[in-house]
Amino acid sequence: MFALYGYQEIFLEGAWLTLQVALLSLVLSVALGLLAALAKLSHSTILKTIATLYTTIIRGIPDLILMLLIFFGGQLLINDMSYTLNEWLNETITGYYPTHEWTAYLPEYIDISPYFAGIITIGFIFGAYMAETFRGAILSVDKGQLEAATAYGMNKYKRFFRVMFPQMMRHALPGLGNNWLVLLKTTALVSIIGLQDMVKIAGDASGSTQKPFTFYLVVALVFLFYTAVSTSVLKWAERKYSIQTR
Amino acid sequence: MDFSIILNEYQFYLDGLWTTTWLVALSLLIGLVIALPAGVLRSHPNWLIKGPIWAYMYFFRGTPLLVQLFLIYYGVAQFDSLRESWLWYYFQEAWFCALLAFSLNTGAYTAEIVRGVISTMPKGELEAAKAYGMSRLQILRRITLPNSLRRALPAYSNEIIFMIHGSAIAGVVTIVDITGAARVVNARYYAPFEAYLAAGVLYMCLTFSVIYLFKLWEKSYQHQ
Repeated sequence: MFALYGYQEIFLEGAWLTLQVALLSLVLSVALGLLAALAKLSHSTILKTIATLYTTIIRGIPDLILMLLIFFGGQLLINDMSYTLNEWLNETITGYYPTHEWTAYLPEYIDISPYFAGIITIGFIFGAYMAETFRGAILSVDKGQLEAATAYGMNKYKRFFRVMFPQMMRHALPGLGNNWLVLLKTTALVSIIGLQDMVKIAGDASGSTQKPFTFYLVVALVFLFYTAVSTSVLKWAERKYSIQTR
Repeated sequence: MDFSIILNEYQFYLDGLWTTTWLVALSLLIGLVIALPAGVLRSHPNWLIKGPIWAYMYFFRGTPLLVQLFLIYYGVAQFDSLRESWLWYYFQEAWFCALLAFSLNTGAYTAEIVRGVISTMPKGELEAAKAYGMSRLQILRRITLPNSLRRALPAYSNEIIFMIHGSAIAGVVTIVDITGAARVVNARYYAPFEAYLAAGVLYMCLTFSVIYLFKLWEKSYQHQ
């Protein structure tokens, strides 16, 4: 293997963590994106408004600000809420049973881990971008196909999973790939909220070894490696999914 | 929630807004100066010209902006020869490193837009212009430039928005841009929700004004 001033093992762990965060946020963002796209195309005004607000607001605010907002602000909000709920529960119960002793029904202090804050934020942000991709993809599926599915007596879910989903993925794939490449690079931001990903480890390591350029260059090369692998996988997938279209 | 903090400290945010604006505007300008020749020469037949441009674009489009910024801001200090040269005067300034990183980054992305627009230029229009007897300069001014500009606008407005959002990381290297202002206010009052929400609103205003202006510009092309 390669040597990195004794930091190679912990660095590899960080590289793996970066990949984990990226993949888990991808799963979350695809799920959110599908939901938001379906909501945008639904007939309900409320769902449409919520989805439009979600995609517009998220795409107007930088990912770093959203991450800091969810990590620091969300933490404060959750703890305030759990404190208020605890107080309220205890007061109500004491009202009925005056002998009741104060107990914390909800945890008194919830620590949001940067790992989950990172995944949730990135998934949440890219869900908005995915929604646009999926919306376009859903619209480009031939209506006749869905009508045929209805004529075959398929119900709503079968129609979606058997006819709509496989065909829309073909149209969504290029956009999905682009979003994945951007998402991958966004994961570098989790180092700012204290997650021990490879950017953070490079920062710590360069502090003790005085070799910041070497470490950040290795980080950049690992990102290039991830990007290169993703690009070839995406090319393969696009070829595979376009087979029956010609 | 106590938003009076933001009203008390609005001066911070205004300064931050100004810093973000000039940092992004200047980066975009320098990026454009890099992107035009890079995007044109990217399809040059000679590998000695094409190769380095490919490498530049591949590196800056394939790595996170944060890592590029750290590579310049922290990384450069590793080289003693540079620390002793006159360049160190600039490289120890956070704003210079941020400007350099942002310009190189947006330059690479914009070069890709330029390359895409040139390679998809409709050949028939150029042939028609030639048949009309236009000179090369006339073709460039009347056909190539307006046509490519119109097709590049949507992609470029996206790039501007990406740059506005990407510039938020300047706050991490001690620059007091909008994010930096929010970090200072948060550190002073421990009010993360209010501080970052105000920053988010400011960024949203910036983003939507850019989108609005570009929509107007794109519309002006449709009327012709």
